Amino acid sequence: MDNELILRVRDLEVRLNHQTIIENLSFEVKRGDVLTILGPNGAGKSVLLKTLLGLLPYRGEIEWAKGIKIGYVPQRLPFIKDIPLNIRDFFSLKGSPESETEAILNSVGFQEDFLRKKIGDLSSGQFQRVLIAWGLVGNPQVLLFDEPTTGVDISAEETIYKFLAKLKEEIDLTILLVTHDLSVVYKISNHVICLNRQPICFGPPREVLTLESLQKLYGGEVKYYRHKH
Amino acid sequence: MDNQFLLSLIVGICVGGAAGFLGSLMLGRRMALVAGPLGHLTLPGIALALMYGFDVSLGAFPFVIFGIVLIWLFEMRTKLPMEALTAVVFASGVAIAFLLLPIKQAETALVGDITKVSFPEAAVSVILILLLFFVVKKVYSKIVLINISEELAKSEKVDIRKYNLIYLGSIAIIVALGVKMVGGLLTAALVAIPASSARNLSRNLAQYSFGAMIIGIISSSLGILLYKITGFPAGPLIILASTFIFLISMAFKR
Repeated sequence: MDNELILRVRDLEVRLNHQTIIENLSFEVKRGDVLTILGPNGAGKSVLLKTLLGLLPYRGEIEWAKGIKIGYVPQRLPFIKDIPLNIRDFFSLKGSPESETEAILNSVGFQEDFLRKKIGDLSSGQFQRVLIAWGLVGNPQVLLFDEPTTGVDISAEETIYKFLAKLKEEIDLTILLVTHDLSVVYKISNHVICLNRQPICFGPPREVLTLESLQKLYGGEVKYYRHKH
Repeated sequence: MDNQFLLSLIVGICVGGAAGFLGSLMLGRRMALVAGPLGHLTLPGIALALMYGFDVSLGAFPFVIFGIVLIWLFEMRTKLPMEALTAVVFASGVAIAFLLLPIKQAETALVGDITKVSFPEAAVSVILILLLFFVVKKVYSKIVLINISEELAKSEKVDIRKYNLIYLGSIAIIVALGVKMVGGLLTAALVAIPASSARNLSRNLAQYSFGAMIIGIISSSLGILLYKITGFPAGPLIILASTFIFLISMAFKR
């Protein structure tokens, strides 16, 4: 695999419960890319992310660069509030030493006394930032995000995307991000895959997100919105 | 203090503590009630043990394993929610037991009797519990991660099957030992109530898990002491002591 490449996917097919969820998908991710996987609900986006993580069976080829470390930030953790966990506990589940936990939490803008805070007491935006920080434990080169702003209010959503952009500048990180929100694509990514079970487009957002491809992606009429800046 | 009482107290403290500790994991997975049907399923085994005069836990153990395999198979085949499956297994266990169980021995099977535990039984129980405690402590954080999200655990390369097997095996042992103490009817309470009280009182994982263990130990000791004073069966007294602590914990919920 080319030195610059971090991931190569060829002819990917995923079938779950006798249904084809993804087919004919091929794409490449270069070091430092921010790739958004865009598509409507039920398009197979989260399935793609989980397949890339090795959590689901597939046909075709998924090749990660050798020795690559991957961090995963899941969409939701509905059961986490059933367990009395503070932030320190949550990070220790990943085997993160306290010094590393403190450093990572500082880097996402939390103070040291935050370690003792109970997960159940966090706001949705704070919790999302904690999840991102958790994904950063062990210095991964690639971060996979599943709908990072689900259930987060709009002001917190802004903060999270600003935070991701800042993170991207500070550390050499490749990001794969799943979303159904078109505006996110222009905010942070340099590549986009439009996915609705089959690939509809792949490339830089300004080139491939045309009215035609979006209509094909979301079906019917789409109010077209393009960032000029 | 007589030796028999001391033996009962030692076994009670060990089983109660370990059940509380393991219960803190089961509560996090919304599985605390699974110990209920498993306890009920042991009733035929207890009936056989009482009829042929061997150790109650020994009679119970194969039935717990059978119950776990049954619940697991049902879940794989039907995808019904865990509560529905446990209800099926639960009722069947009681029904079979009442066909087999000599009525005069019903009380021991239903509410347990730790006060007649022999020295070899106590020694085996204590060794098993100590082993169980160290195993559960070792796998605790991995199982908490699985409880939070299997996907997240898988993405961290946690071998879910291995840990689930260890987890279910530990539940089997605690249920088999628990039925001797509180009987087939009350085993679920042994794991569920101390963990619930600890959850009310704790703000972190260590307070929660060790809190559940300590509450389990206190409940068992209190129950056995109350038996000594009142002469009522120890099993129900242990559970009532545990419920009393739970009620107090509600006032201090954090």
